[in-house]
Amino acid sequence: MKNKLIQIAGFALLVISTAITLLFLGAIIYFITINGFKVISWEFLTQVPRRGMTQGGVAPAIIGTFYLTLGSILFSLPLGLACGIYLCEYSPKSYIVNIIRMSINNLAGVPSVVFGLFGLAVFVKFFSFGVSILSGSLTLGIMVLPQIIAASQEALLAVPQSYREASLALGATHWQTIKRIVLPSALPGILTGVILSVGRVAGETAPILFTAATFYTRGYPDSIFSEVMALPYHIYALMTEGTHPEKQTAIAYGCSLILLFLVLLVSSIAIIIRQRQRSGYEV
Amino acid sequence: MPKEKLYKLVFAVLAFSSLMFLVGITIILFTEGLPIFSEIGIMKFILGKHWYPTYHPPEFGILPLIAASFWVTLGALMVGVPLGVGSALFLSELAGPKIRSILKPLIEILAAIPSIVYGFFGMVIIAPFLQNLFNLPTGLCAFTASLVLGIMSIPIICSLAEDALSFVPSSFREASLALGANRWQTLVKVVIPAAGSGISTAIILGMSRAVGETMTVLMVAGGAAVIPRSFFEPVRPMTATIAAEMGEAAMGSFHYHALFAIGLTLFLVTFFFNIIAEIISRKYRIKLGLGR
Repeated sequence: MKNKLIQIAGFALLVISTAITLLFLGAIIYFITINGFKVISWEFLTQVPRRGMTQGGVAPAIIGTFYLTLGSILFSLPLGLACGIYLCEYSPKSYIVNIIRMSINNLAGVPSVVFGLFGLAVFVKFFSFGVSILSGSLTLGIMVLPQIIAASQEALLAVPQSYREASLALGATHWQTIKRIVLPSALPGILTGVILSVGRVAGETAPILFTAATFYTRGYPDSIFSEVMALPYHIYALMTEGTHPEKQTAIAYGCSLILLFLVLLVSSIAIIIRQRQRSGYEV
Repeated sequence: MPKEKLYKLVFAVLAFSSLMFLVGITIILFTEGLPIFSEIGIMKFILGKHWYPTYHPPEFGILPLIAASFWVTLGALMVGVPLGVGSALFLSELAGPKIRSILKPLIEILAAIPSIVYGFFGMVIIAPFLQNLFNLPTGLCAFTASLVLGIMSIPIICSLAEDALSFVPSSFREASLALGANRWQTLVKVVIPAAGSGISTAIILGMSRAVGETMTVLMVAGGAAVIPRSFFEPVRPMTATIAAEMGEAAMGSFHYHALFAIGLTLFLVTFFFNIIAEIISRKYRIKLGLGR
């Protein structure tokens, strides 16, 4: 009897902790949606900010986030995919490969603000790209590189060995096998990883603090060397700078809702792709 | 065939370049951070009790910043570990497949929410709420930062712990149940010890994430660079210091180098956590016969 009571109490604790976790999720989504909806309008999404950030929209920040995300994926996808291909398809199981694996793992654990420092010292200062889209994209790109490598590796490893053997047996070369058989089969998995990285890059603030972002630009960026507004940085700046805290908080709610919506959209797409793909390799 | 070799070479070069980034980051942190050590000495930097980078003469002691990071991380673990491990146990041991297929994506969403949104949420909702609740002079303090960081670490701890639990062979559970133990006893005495090192890896990685988290603590921790005496005082963790001050520090000044040295300290701390997590998980995989 006593054991049974303990069991009930224990299970109740587990249910409660899960419920609290979900409560937090619900609270974040609820408050940001309710307050964000009040300011979101067509004007908010398409206009430049006016009157010291209290009126108008946040279009330059949306565009800026788009450029930074695009730039970082353009940089990290080819590099990360190539790295994944090398580790899965070409590399002998050796000491050096282990070192690469470990360094990727460790790169993934480096705090994002440290990537910001690296970007500042290397891209902004050493290469003199200045505070710009280019510096920010490269910094963000390096930050998500480990994630893209890991996703590519996982997707490539999931392709059954028999696919490769069949292709090689038919006389295809190693590269032909990779290009025509392995990569197409691994594509959904790689795509999932890339989409999740997009979500992460779009929301990151610390790496662009000193490499790309600025609170206010007059219009839209005109080259990869111009500084940009970005949604996440804009939220931070609205909450810590400026002279109209109340109006700015309202706008920050709007920006948070856009960002939250983007990220949730992106991760649901990734989750759907992954669930569809689960039943993919029924051999 | 030379063409095939060329492809292999190209891929090898690209793979090694990612290694170069890790090396590059390490080199940059050392070269930009070391000048401050030679100026004031490494012990005085780490154990100095005063962080007054803009005074004349400036003081660069990061002990208050380290204490703040330690403090909020500890607080975050007190929130994140019970909730994260609790949810993981619920998902893997109690929930049916249907509930699990709904809850797992929801918890993944919690992980996908950007840290700036957590920071904003903490600033406009949680901080005022706690300020009223405990009658505090300010809601922006170590306690609020801990709570928000804790919420952020739940999904990491939960999903890694759940992986660890799923690796425990079902024969372990069956043997225990067959011996007459009930489900709770099986969970506490068999499943949790068997998944123990996996769960500790999850906790260490959650901790590593909490130490390195920047925007949240920058927005809700309050920002006072003094050694905290209670959970309800404003603090300024290492990450927040870098983020807040790098914009003002003149390039090449001691302040600039000191901020890089803080970055180096952070880098080494998280590196250390990751290595420990890797060692534990490797031993664990061998123990359960999962190889590698």
